[in-house]
Amino acid sequence: MTLRDILNKLLGRQQASATTARERLQLVLAHDRSDLSPELLDQMRKEILEVVTKYVEIDMEEGAVSLETEDRMTALVANLPIKRSKLTTEKA
Amino acid sequence: MAPNTRTILICSGKGGVGKTTLTANLGIALAKQGVRTVVLDADFGLRNLDLLLGLENRIVYTAQEVLEESCRLEQALVKHKQEPNLALLPAGNPRMLEWLKPDDMQRIVEMLREIFEYVLIDCPAGVEDGFKNAVSATKEAIVITTPEVSAVRDADRVIGLLNTQGIKPIQLVLNRVRPKMIASQEMLAVDDVTDILALPLLGLVLEDEQVIVSTNRGEPLTLSGSNSPAARCYSNIARRLQGENIPLIDPAKEEQGLRAKVRRLMQTKIF
Repeated sequence: MTLRDILNKLLGRQQASATTARERLQLVLAHDRSDLSPELLDQMRKEILEVVTKYVEIDMEEGAVSLETEDRMTALVANLPIKRSKLTTEKA
Repeated sequence: MAPNTRTILICSGKGGVGKTTLTANLGIALAKQGVRTVVLDADFGLRNLDLLLGLENRIVYTAQEVLEESCRLEQALVKHKQEPNLALLPAGNPRMLEWLKPDDMQRIVEMLREIFEYVLIDCPAGVEDGFKNAVSATKEAIVITTPEVSAVRDADRVIGLLNTQGIKPIQLVLNRVRPKMIASQEMLAVDDVTDILALPLLGLVLEDEQVIVSTNRGEPLTLSGSNSPAARCYSNIARRLQGENIPLIDPAKEEQGLRAKVRRLMQTKIF
């Protein structure tokens, strides 16, 4: 975020188009490079969540599975806040 | 025999970003340095390199006739009028599509490598057969793009394909850079593009109306020793290719005055 971005936010203006371009490119390239369509990613996200919820209770609202790229390497990043472990609650 | 010949593919994925203009200007700039250079127009369906070099009326044969052995290589090479160190070879005739295979491309480039120190291949747009043919014959590549989302996306695709073919090194040229728009953050900055594509930057070319004037005339900017912004950029790129250590132009420094200073301040990254 640049000084201009902050100023634009304060004044309620649209962010600079170069910032938008950068964000859009990063997203589209993550999908291009991994050959994953948004639909496929969404399906994978659902299945991952299904597996994870078998073991732990997660915050479905906060949870996100996304693609991130750095230096031409694409990573699948899952951020799943755990409410509590199912195993421990069952014991209790 | 030129044992240390460099074969460089100039490609972009997207059309109209400046492949042919870069090829023509680099060819002239290298030839001016006394290096025996050939530019090969691999885009034989829609060839234009002849036009940018002002050689459109002098083409008699193409690589196709050379490979069919209906003429010698020397007959097909079109020597540049003012720069005899530069020759042009069109890969084929626009009327005869679909004849060229990777094997043909490799054979013709091998023949050129016997004579020249630089073989610059002007790649067709797209990532289909024309691109694959051209890639099969090269060792190095220059990817050219502009600071626009569509061009950067296509460049990324091309870089991925070059990587899988083991092409090395791959260097980046950023074309049509407008310092004013970068300063007001309405154009992707040089760092944005190099970060996203993760390639070493061979050079950038400033937006310059003189490029259009020079293509109208069929005289690349590097030919006349013009001091226009793009001319400087092209000759810097040629010198870097030759191993000279020429610092990159800083687009921010192209702009002077208080307004530019304020714009630069606004670009400061906070987090």
